[in-house]
Amino acid sequence: MTNAELISQDLGWLIVVKALLVFIICVVSTLLAVWTERRVLAKMQLRTGPNRVGPFGLIQSLADGVKLALKEDIIPAAADKVVFIAAPIIATSMCFMAFAVIPMTGKVSLFGQETAMQLTDLSVGVLYILAVTSIGVYGIVLAGWSSGSTYPLLGGLRASAQVVSYEIAMGLSLVAVFIYAGSMSTSEIVASQHVNYWNAVVLFPSFVIFVISMVGETNRAPFDLAEAEGELVGGFHTEYSSLKFALFFLAEYVNIVAVSALAATLFLGGYHAPPGLGFTEGWLGGWFTIVWFFLKVNLFFFIFMWLRASLPRLRYDQFMKFGWKVLIPASLIWILVVATLRILQQEGASRTTIIAFTFGLILLGLAISSLFERSKKRSEEALVESSAPDFPVPSLPGVSSFNVSGKSGGAHE
Amino acid sequence: MLEIATPETVMFWALAPLSVLAALGMLVVKKAVHSAILLAFVMVTLAIFYIAQGAIFLGVVQIVVYTGAVMMLFLFILMLVGVDASDSLIETIKGLRWIAITAALGFGGLIITLIARATLGRTPVGLEFANSGGNVEGIAMLLFSDYVLPFEVISALLITAALGAMVLAHHQRTNRRPSQREQAIARFRTGSLSDAAGLPGPGVYALHNAVDVPALLPDGTPAPTSISATLKARGDVIESAQFQLDVVDPTVKEEK
Repeated sequence: MTNAELISQDLGWLIVVKALLVFIICVVSTLLAVWTERRVLAKMQLRTGPNRVGPFGLIQSLADGVKLALKEDIIPAAADKVVFIAAPIIATSMCFMAFAVIPMTGKVSLFGQETAMQLTDLSVGVLYILAVTSIGVYGIVLAGWSSGSTYPLLGGLRASAQVVSYEIAMGLSLVAVFIYAGSMSTSEIVASQHVNYWNAVVLFPSFVIFVISMVGETNRAPFDLAEAEGELVGGFHTEYSSLKFALFFLAEYVNIVAVSALAATLFLGGYHAPPGLGFTEGWLGGWFTIVWFFLKVNLFFFIFMWLRASLPRLRYDQFMKFGWKVLIPASLIWILVVATLRILQQEGASRTTIIAFTFGLILLGLAISSLFERSKKRSEEALVESSAPDFPVPSLPGVSSFNVSGKSGGAHE
Repeated sequence: MLEIATPETVMFWALAPLSVLAALGMLVVKKAVHSAILLAFVMVTLAIFYIAQGAIFLGVVQIVVYTGAVMMLFLFILMLVGVDASDSLIETIKGLRWIAITAALGFGGLIITLIARATLGRTPVGLEFANSGGNVEGIAMLLFSDYVLPFEVISALLITAALGAMVLAHHQRTNRRPSQREQAIARFRTGSLSDAAGLPGPGVYALHNAVDVPALLPDGTPAPTSISATLKARGDVIESAQFQLDVVDPTVKEEK
């Protein structure tokens, strides 16, 4: 029996229990995610990180949450009160809703009922996730606007432009998955990967584009321009304090976990075990699949942390250029390729035709990239200095001598 | 009589009044952004109704496209007018009200005629028949067979409109934009070396850490370059002298 059929048999009370479980999973994974992020970042920066509250500092984030909730709640005089209060609620509730269609286990039994750990199965499940995240952006934008001050407004504007642009790239990267799996439902995409290879292997370009755009979509480093602390103080949440700020904090982490879960579902085979370890799926009455699922989610979460620890923030115009001029055209071309291959396969073209077509495409790609590299080299050569400029510079390749006397006589005269 | 399942009825009576109230509120609220939020709310409730009636693809796409993209761009523009701004109700174009009422009546008439043409004198096949091959598949079948030409024509129209807007809004730079490298070289060339690494930040540490107070130099005088030119021109600058310690207390020792 497929997941969709199992879920459609759920009784009313079971749906309520599962909704509650999904909510608990989201909140607990946020608490653990904050702790993990601080510890892992600390390790990467040769520090220890939080280690005082609880074993290994595990309940540090809980303590921080309590502290945040007990802080004074300030609403600025210039703020639009209703929208100011509604914004964090919109942002948070939408993140939780995205989790409803993520399949976390295969067939399991919950309180004596056979079911699957997925709240609901929609035939357009992945589009539904895009829909709720796009409403979640309202929370950020309205927070920026209603604060009635400059930095939040700029942060809100940046966030909306960023999320709208990267959602296009994300949506396009998903099209190849839809074409390949023949469905937009999360559970069916998981099932199709169980039969064939994982999408991360077959649709590697889509996978790369999705992972990049999911970082852009969640406003995380190196794409965290909406809350660039060096330029915008705190961005859209500058004026927020206490529980309302905590809600934004929660929304950010639930969002990260949600997109990581989506990536695991669409590209890494969802809750299924890696190839060769299929026998583990029967352990604990099927509940062991949730372990595989969260291992995959944590892999993506680790990528988020790794990026944050190692990359500086992009400049805003470079970031937008990258989204519109690199990611979107690249995914459009890739969709054409996947659709053509799919049609060739369905029309019963011979294996040689498909292989010849693929190699032709690879050759074309290599030719274009080598031409591009050549044109790049020429422009780089023009920049190399023949002699030192008339101000102190560190030693550079191609610079013959250091001219620190202040006398003129450089390449820029 | 149409038979309606109970949860759907409950949902309808909970959301429909809210949706109507939001639609009316959209017309009467003063601030443009509030109006936009209420419109977004109406769109979302409509999408929920679509989903409840079995048109799941239409509902989700309504949220992704209209609420997520189109309305967001509207909001983007409206936000730039600021939180205090209300719409002025003065007509800039003469007879605008009458033109608007005529257009609204015309549009309403058009919609009513279309619906009447589609429903009067015909027997509907029902949703089960339309969805028999799956909701998404049914829509795809119609879009790529019977409606492929109208669909392509509309997309061509939209692309033309977008290109037209870009051409109208485009302006060409009269001189080339200096690259980051050129800017760095110019900074070393023209300015003093003390400014080369960036201007000093504003604020008097621990006493008044705000953008409208000039930083204090080591000799105690305010640093004028630490304040944004905009704030200076607006006259929003506070004297940093009031945060200056007259005498440094020698009894206080720095903790090691």
